[in-house]
Amino acid sequence: MALQLDARPPAAPTPRGIRPSRAGWLSRVDAKYSPYLYIAPFFVVFAIFGAWPLAYTFWVSLHDWDLLGSDPTFVGAENYTRLLVDGDFWHSVVNTLGIFVISTVPQLLAALWLANLLNRQLRMRTGWRMAVLVPNVTSTAAVAIVFGVLFGREFGMINWMLDLVGIDGIAWKSDRFASWVAISTMVDWRWTGYNALIFLAAMQAIPRDLYEAAAIDGANRARQFWTITVPLLKPTIIFCVIISTIGGLQLFTEPRLFHSGTNAIRGGPMRESQTMTMYMFENAFAPYYNFGYGSAVAWLLFALIAIVAAINVLIIRRLGAGAQPATGKRKGKAR
Amino acid sequence: MGTFPRHRLAAVALAATGVLLVASGCGGSDEAGDGKITLTVDVFGQFGYEQLYQQYMDANPNIKIVERGTGGNLDEYSPKLTQWLAAGKGAGDVVAIEEGLMVEYKANPDNFVNLLDHGAADLKGNFLEWKWNQGLTADGQKLIGLGTDVGGMAMCYRTDLFEKAGLPTDREQVSALWPTWEDYIATGEKFKSANTGASFLDAATNTFNTIVLQTAGNAQGYHYYDTSDNLVVDSNPAVKQAWDTTMNIINAGLSGKYGSWSEEWVSAFKQAKFATIACPAWMTGVIEGNAGPEASGKWDIARVPGNGGNWGGSHLAVPQQSKHQDEAVKLVKFLTSAEGHIGAFKAKGPLPSSPQALDDPAITEATNAYFSDAPVGKIFGEGAKTLKPVYMGPKNQAVRTEVENAVRTVELGQRNPDQAWQDAINNAKKAAAK
Repeated sequence: MALQLDARPPAAPTPRGIRPSRAGWLSRVDAKYSPYLYIAPFFVVFAIFGAWPLAYTFWVSLHDWDLLGSDPTFVGAENYTRLLVDGDFWHSVVNTLGIFVISTVPQLLAALWLANLLNRQLRMRTGWRMAVLVPNVTSTAAVAIVFGVLFGREFGMINWMLDLVGIDGIAWKSDRFASWVAISTMVDWRWTGYNALIFLAAMQAIPRDLYEAAAIDGANRARQFWTITVPLLKPTIIFCVIISTIGGLQLFTEPRLFHSGTNAIRGGPMRESQTMTMYMFENAFAPYYNFGYGSAVAWLLFALIAIVAAINVLIIRRLGAGAQPATGKRKGKAR
Repeated sequence: MGTFPRHRLAAVALAATGVLLVASGCGGSDEAGDGKITLTVDVFGQFGYEQLYQQYMDANPNIKIVERGTGGNLDEYSPKLTQWLAAGKGAGDVVAIEEGLMVEYKANPDNFVNLLDHGAADLKGNFLEWKWNQGLTADGQKLIGLGTDVGGMAMCYRTDLFEKAGLPTDREQVSALWPTWEDYIATGEKFKSANTGASFLDAATNTFNTIVLQTAGNAQGYHYYDTSDNLVVDSNPAVKQAWDTTMNIINAGLSGKYGSWSEEWVSAFKQAKFATIACPAWMTGVIEGNAGPEASGKWDIARVPGNGGNWGGSHLAVPQQSKHQDEAVKLVKFLTSAEGHIGAFKAKGPLPSSPQALDDPAITEATNAYFSDAPVGKIFGEGAKTLKPVYMGPKNQAVRTEVENAVRTVELGQRNPDQAWQDAINNAKKAAAK
């Protein structure tokens, strides 16, 4: 279709006063607008379920809006100014970033290592590869509940095992750092296999002759991994980082279900592991029902994700610029 | 691709979009296939209505009743209810409203059917006066809920653990152990020194709730908010007194620190990890559900330390969004009748708020087999007609959450009592301002 458009002789305006034939007009309209029609479903759906809620949330965030009340009052930026000096909000931002770092860094390293193992000659290779994805297809809620029990203070299996080796039980749910670690474990358990498969796919695209050449030059497996595999995986690694960022900053189900009982939405008595999305929920819904304030939290979360995404893009650009020539050189050398 | 008629493709794309929109926009119908009207009842915890539904459906063959949320946590139920009301869709035809949240829901009475328009005014005498008033808006023009249960107050205890600790197990003798909360603490210390492997009580937050409601009920009749809706957490002596007593309980090391309604708390029931729990009448059903049939006969009920009190209790309301308001109101009237109160009490133990039901031999002579045949009707019913209610202010739930969490930080050793008291005051003020 695009080719046809390009091939059409340029500047052939219809002579004035002569109506184009009906068929010609139709086909022109068709050629011009149907591409938009084809992609319309996505944008229509996005507009309804993405853009409109986003805009509406912003509108709500400018109001003092009791969820049950019938007459919200416009307050301008007041929700935002209050939020910027709200210690509990920044506490939740730190929690979110902390959990994100603790979960993502080991997760991607483990995934890389796992992918490297799976890339070797193994018996039942497909079976192993499928197996690493199993945690990902289990329901998040089930995972969170099981881990919530494993990390129980008194009846949890982890503390029981720590006790066996003579370590005192850890208050996994009411110690800030410990709860971050516990929630990160949950995230990692679920997502490491998924990332490993993505890495594995990318690894298989690396020509084998590179490794053969390196082996002839006397490079051992570790050396091959760090100087061939990792550099060539850079774009994939960046992709995984971005995906993990988006998921990590919106973390809700795992920390929410990790806690149980009254006001679990606080993520511990002193908000030890309350993430931004949990803080949003706490304000927009129970126990505050302050829809305006909750919406303001949602928008700041959006801004934070945008900032982190921008940082990611900058890093990609820098890494991309550095990686490109190096890759080319190695490829050239191997050939 | 080139020969494929493009407009046909476009039409397909359009149609696909249309299907998607229709599919995402359509909701379910609440008419049952057999032409019956389905009434959905939303509850939390244990209301004990199963038998009553059956009875009602037998008498009204065109009605089918479905209950949702049984056994659930109030903390999960109330945000859902609020969302349904705000969205104008999703709520049941009959919904339960807990007393702590009543003020918030009453502030927007248009979300609910005004029961006075459905002849509810005649029913006033069927309820304790304060219970009736709780469901009534401040101007007295709208009644959004009819009372179900009141809390009442007692102390449930495990006889097997008491025996192990060398304490008496007979409920009269146990009641005599703790005329006051100080005596309760002293008993706890005795229990603790016997090293049974169990704690004396489940969670300081539950005990705190009991004490603060009791203290406030016996004093000026309000706790976090005064009756003019001013936040008085920091100046109300009843709150501070309850706080100090709770701190003494924590300092004595009596709490098992099982966060109330958490999975650990449920496990602790199953594994008999604590010996006493403050129990309003509705809690007996929760204990039975959590501790399971294997603990039947190992629990008993004694008097609560201090003097009476009330914790909890609910109303039933009909949301304006219900498509079967008339039928729903009729069901509410049935469930909140003296007969309904008695049926619920027999099933799961919530104490009636209907004076007629409280006087009924079915209540006064009721015993509970699970609790070693304790005369529950007598224990809970005795004080019910004279109990003094505690006023709940507009952000009661949020403020209570903050104070409870402050108690919990002390219990877990994260804050000392003075720091936590400051936290409670500061956070309560913040919560009230939100």
